Amino acid sequence: MTVEGPNGHPLLEVKRLKKYFPIRKGFMRREVGAVRAVDDVSFHIDRGETLSLVGESGCGKTTAARCILRANDPTDGQILFRPTEDQVFDVAQSTRRELRRLRRDMQLIFQDPFSSLNPRFTLLEIVGEPLLVNGMRSGRERQERVEELLRLVGMRPEYMRRFPHAFSGGQRQRIGIARALALNPRLVVADEPVSALDVSVQAQILNLLLELQQKLGLTYLFVAHDLSVVKHLSDRVAVMYVGRLVEMTDRERLFNSPRHPYTEALLSSVPEPDPRKRSQRIVLEGEVANPAAPPSGCYFHPRCRYAQDVCRTDTPVWEEVAEGHWVACHRVKELELAGVRDRLPMNTAAGTSTNPATNATPAAGSATDGDATANSE
Amino acid sequence: MAEDHTTRTIESTVAVGGAREEERISVATQWQLTWWRFRKHKVANIAAIVLITYYVVVLFADFFAYADPNLPAAKRGLLPPQPIHLFDDDGWNPHVLAFEGSRDPETFERVYEILGDQPISVQFFAQGLEYEILGIIPWDRHLIGVSDDAGGALAQEHVSLLGTDIQGRDMWSRIVFATRISMTIGLIAVAISQILGIVIGGVSGYFGGLIDTVIQRIIEIVRSIPQIPLLMGIAAAVPKDWTIEQIYFAITILLALILWTELARVVRGRFLSLREEDFVMAAELAGASRMRIILRHMVPSFLSHIIAATTLAIPTIIISETSLSFLGLGLRPPAISWGVLLQQAQNIQTLALSPWLLLPALPVIVAILAFNFLGDGLRDAADPYGT
Amino acid sequence: MATLAAGKRRPLLRVHNLKTYFFPDEGTVRAVDGASFEVCAGQTLGIVGESGCGKSVTARSILRIVEHPGEIVEGEIRYLHRTDGREVELDLAQISADGPEMRQIRGGEIAMIFQEPMTSFSPVHPIGSQIVEAIRLHSPLGKREARERAADLLRQVGISRAEARLDEYAYQLSGGLRQRAMIAMALSAEPRVLIADEPTTALDVTTQAQILDLLRQLQTDLGMAIILITHNLGVVAEMCDTVVVMYLGRVVEEGSVDAIFHNPKHPYTRLLLQSIPSLYSEARVPLPTISGAIPHPYNRPEGCPFHDRCPQFMPGTCDRHVPELQALDERESDQLVSCFLYHEPTDERA
Ligand SMILES: Nc1ncnc2c1ncn2[C@@H]1O[C@H](COP(=O)(O)OP(=O)(O)OP(=O)(O)O)[C@@H](O)[C@H]1O
Ligand SMILES: Nc1ncnc2c1ncn2[C@@H]1O[C@H](COP(=O)(O)OP(=O)(O)OP(=O)(O)O)[C@@H](O)[C@H]1O
Ligand code: SF4
Ligand code: SF4
Ligand SMILES: [Mg+2]
Ligand SMILES: [Mg+2]
Repeated sequence: MTVEGPNGHPLLEVKRLKKYFPIRKGFMRREVGAVRAVDDVSFHIDRGETLSLVGESGCGKTTAARCILRANDPTDGQILFRPTEDQVFDVAQSTRRELRRLRRDMQLIFQDPFSSLNPRFTLLEIVGEPLLVNGMRSGRERQERVEELLRLVGMRPEYMRRFPHAFSGGQRQRIGIARALALNPRLVVADEPVSALDVSVQAQILNLLLELQQKLGLTYLFVAHDLSVVKHLSDRVAVMYVGRLVEMTDRERLFNSPRHPYTEALLSSVPEPDPRKRSQRIVLEGEVANPAAPPSGCYFHPRCRYAQDVCRTDTPVWEEVAEGHWVACHRVKELELAGVRDRLPMNTAAGTSTNPATNATPAAGSATDGDATANSE
Repeated sequence: MAEDHTTRTIESTVAVGGAREEERISVATQWQLTWWRFRKHKVANIAAIVLITYYVVVLFADFFAYADPNLPAAKRGLLPPQPIHLFDDDGWNPHVLAFEGSRDPETFERVYEILGDQPISVQFFAQGLEYEILGIIPWDRHLIGVSDDAGGALAQEHVSLLGTDIQGRDMWSRIVFATRISMTIGLIAVAISQILGIVIGGVSGYFGGLIDTVIQRIIEIVRSIPQIPLLMGIAAAVPKDWTIEQIYFAITILLALILWTELARVVRGRFLSLREEDFVMAAELAGASRMRIILRHMVPSFLSHIIAATTLAIPTIIISETSLSFLGLGLRPPAISWGVLLQQAQNIQTLALSPWLLLPALPVIVAILAFNFLGDGLRDAADPYGT
Repeated sequence: MATLAAGKRRPLLRVHNLKTYFFPDEGTVRAVDGASFEVCAGQTLGIVGESGCGKSVTARSILRIVEHPGEIVEGEIRYLHRTDGREVELDLAQISADGPEMRQIRGGEIAMIFQEPMTSFSPVHPIGSQIVEAIRLHSPLGKREARERAADLLRQVGISRAEARLDEYAYQLSGGLRQRAMIAMALSAEPRVLIADEPTTALDVTTQAQILDLLRQLQTDLGMAIILITHNLGVVAEMCDTVVVMYLGRVVEEGSVDAIFHNPKHPYTRLLLQSIPSLYSEARVPLPTISGAIPHPYNRPEGCPFHDRCPQFMPGTCDRHVPELQALDERESDQLVSCFLYHEPTDERA
């Protein structure tokens, strides 16, 4: 699949990316199997856009992001990165030397604002490190750039001599963002940058990310599991399930007219912060499949309410069902799925009854056999 | 994460002090924070003072001793401890009372009688045997000695603070010199073993793979050999005609070779876990070289642990040396160490009659406890929640 | 103090002006500083607020398991204790934490699901034996009957192969299953009040949906009162009847779920609600935020705890006086708010 972005080539093109972690056992550490953390994933990101990668815990989001930065070595596949229109690098094949050069153009924002800053460094050293190791030797120059960066992320430059322990989670996340921006990268990979933060702080960081994108023309690969946050931030969204992409399209289509049953279920599980919009949920039975021993056919079939025989035997293909709308499902042509706008209200007039919880919902019944497939280990 | 909690506690500890205090905290380095936490650890502080005292004694052993530790005096064998009396009938006049020895005609043992009417005045910083401070500056003053007024009488002929051994050598002075040997043999052996441990553990943890597996197997093999029999075997193989220096050196190396495995494991573990830390990955993504990552990010992160581990390793070595020498397999006379002294106290019969020969056990116990408390304190200060 | 509309029924648990402080060497942490709320059978009360605002400490205070150096320094925890078929009102804050009544109530009548899903089960015993132990603590059942009951409970919370699961260890279960097992253990004594402290925070949305459905269904079946502690406003909107909003150890607003979400009064509640993105809100526009950060627990502001971040801050009033939690007005008595925009200072501390 070659996809042309609106302005020529996409910034990043990931083709058939695979990352298997070997499972070793015994004294000789023999390889007895593999965790298919990322299993044949293809997507692209255009310049200046935000692509979000969503999915349940352990579905391989972080692994995919780390492969793109070559913090993990991919097992197979291509990662074509075009820092400028006429340059193209395959990150998957780059040498150490090439990587050092490439990484000026691709940076990472971490999830954990505590462990991602060296507690023994001052802010000046933390934010200045990328500058220093990439050749900005003059301390004076570095200090000026760090001041500028701190201001950019909304921190007072006077704090430069302080150590990270003096800052709250939200402030630390800002410092991490300043560090990621130090070298003027084109692509910023943000791995759950707000999930460790408190609700009120989350909003501040989301605003900052949006603002920086506008100011600096950044391209984001945003990894998250909170769909409300994803909806707020992205242009396009890719949904991942057990190492594979199941659906990818632009934000409005994904949230309003999803085409994959897993996306539908995911959307319906998000609790809405409005008691008047209490709705029936599609409660998925069981747990996410084990990536070391995934089910046959469509990985989602043990939990899919539309599954048919073909789903159990054949792997669905990843195809473009409409312009820019990619789905991997056998029944994509026939299914009518519900998006967030089509949520079914609860049986009662929601929110107005004194005790709506006592009115049993049909969905509640399905919880009773919650782990039908959970023992896939 | 754990580290963060601590700094938060510390932060809160000091935050009560107000804004200026907060400023101080904000710019405090990890070392300062560790130091502040350590300062709150009372027992460890006391232990540190005790150990400093020990090493002052080590450095200035000639000053603290007043007698030649190896000079036998046939007439002064097994003198009991001679307490210092601070007052006499006329008031302040520190003195000891002289003994007169004679041989019991029936048992042929030497018995001593206190001569109450022959006080020997003593004083601090008294003149005595000549020596060189730290081997350089000649001096002749000692912590305690016979009063200068006594006309040049030598302390070693009149005073025996902690008694004498069977050959009439002064126990106080022998313990002081034994401290010098026992406390330094530990340091040197620990230094060698820690260097081995850090290098081998670091290599193992950083490179991983086959090198790591091989090193891990070697460590397991070394650790599975029971220590005491091994020590005994090797020590027995040391030729009898080696000089003190040679034996000292051999024992040091031997102890180091056994001890490095412990630290190697710790260092490897820390390396492995640090390699996964986000901030290390951030440095890598920033384009930092391997050397920079190791030296600037990883090593400082566990330096405090190494210091604590080292402090805790010293007592092990001291005990090993003491036990070896006690069994007659380590240092041998005329070298003086705590173990050598205790070995001479082995004879039950002399013990019953001369219990002061057991006194060298006291500094051993105190030193071991102090090192352990200090090590615990350092470890808690560096990482109170453990890793 | 006005009572909530739900108070037409007799509330099962009434907390009034609860204050739980911690006294470490370094100073005093007013973790809970005057919390009041009540909950009736069959109802769900939500407690929301930012990290560190005292939600967990409130829960632990009710069960009298606040750890040293914490202490309940003031307030009442009135609970309708059922004994010999009668109901007597007990003040849990007054009775001994290790006394026979508290032991009967804790885990028996009031059960708790803890925040840390990993540490709630002992790693060295199978989950079955831990549930059996919990059952036998509050009932005279023998070993075998207790085991049968444990298997029943696991089935009740939707765990299949229940018999076999009894012999598994906590680490062998996935996050969702472990949380179900936690709930099964909490249900072992048929509690009348279930305190769920962030029961779904560590879980995925799909698993969260399973657990929330389960809780709702159990409430219908057993008529429990549930106190649901969370910082996820979506979960609150979906599950609760009444909501308590806490900030820095104090209740700032309290009311029916509809009032809190559609007619919030306290500036903090309003900002909190506006600052969360939702599936229906407009994408890629700046969100309103609360300026500043939560103050350090040792450095709480004088007066209204929210005053240094509040957009409606009134100098001279908000930083001098401490607002009380009061009914909005006489008619709308089910919404309580603690803010000088709605009432005058009453205290004399100037
Ligand atoms: N270094 C590793 N060795 C072996 N397996 C790994 C390794 N890293 C990740 N995995 C496995 O790969 C799968 C994907 O993990 P990954 O961290 O990418 O998931 P994720 O989608 O980021 O999940 P989360 O939302 O929990 O962060 C998981 O099953 C995980 O156990
Ligand atoms: N053992 C303790 N010693 C001292 N202070 C404590 C202790 N336990 C809790 N606190 C303090 O009490 C306050 C409230 O803590 P609590 O755990 O109730 O917060 P919470 O609202 O449950 O937050 P979270 O959402 O993070 O769970 C915090 O400021 C915390 O620092
Ligand atoms: S392929 Fe079948 S099982 Fe998979 S999502 Fe589509 S309908 Fe469901
Ligand atoms: S009392 Fe004042 S500062 Fe506090 S919330 Fe109300 S208006 Fe804001
Ligand atoms: Mg992840
Ligand atoms: Mg809590």
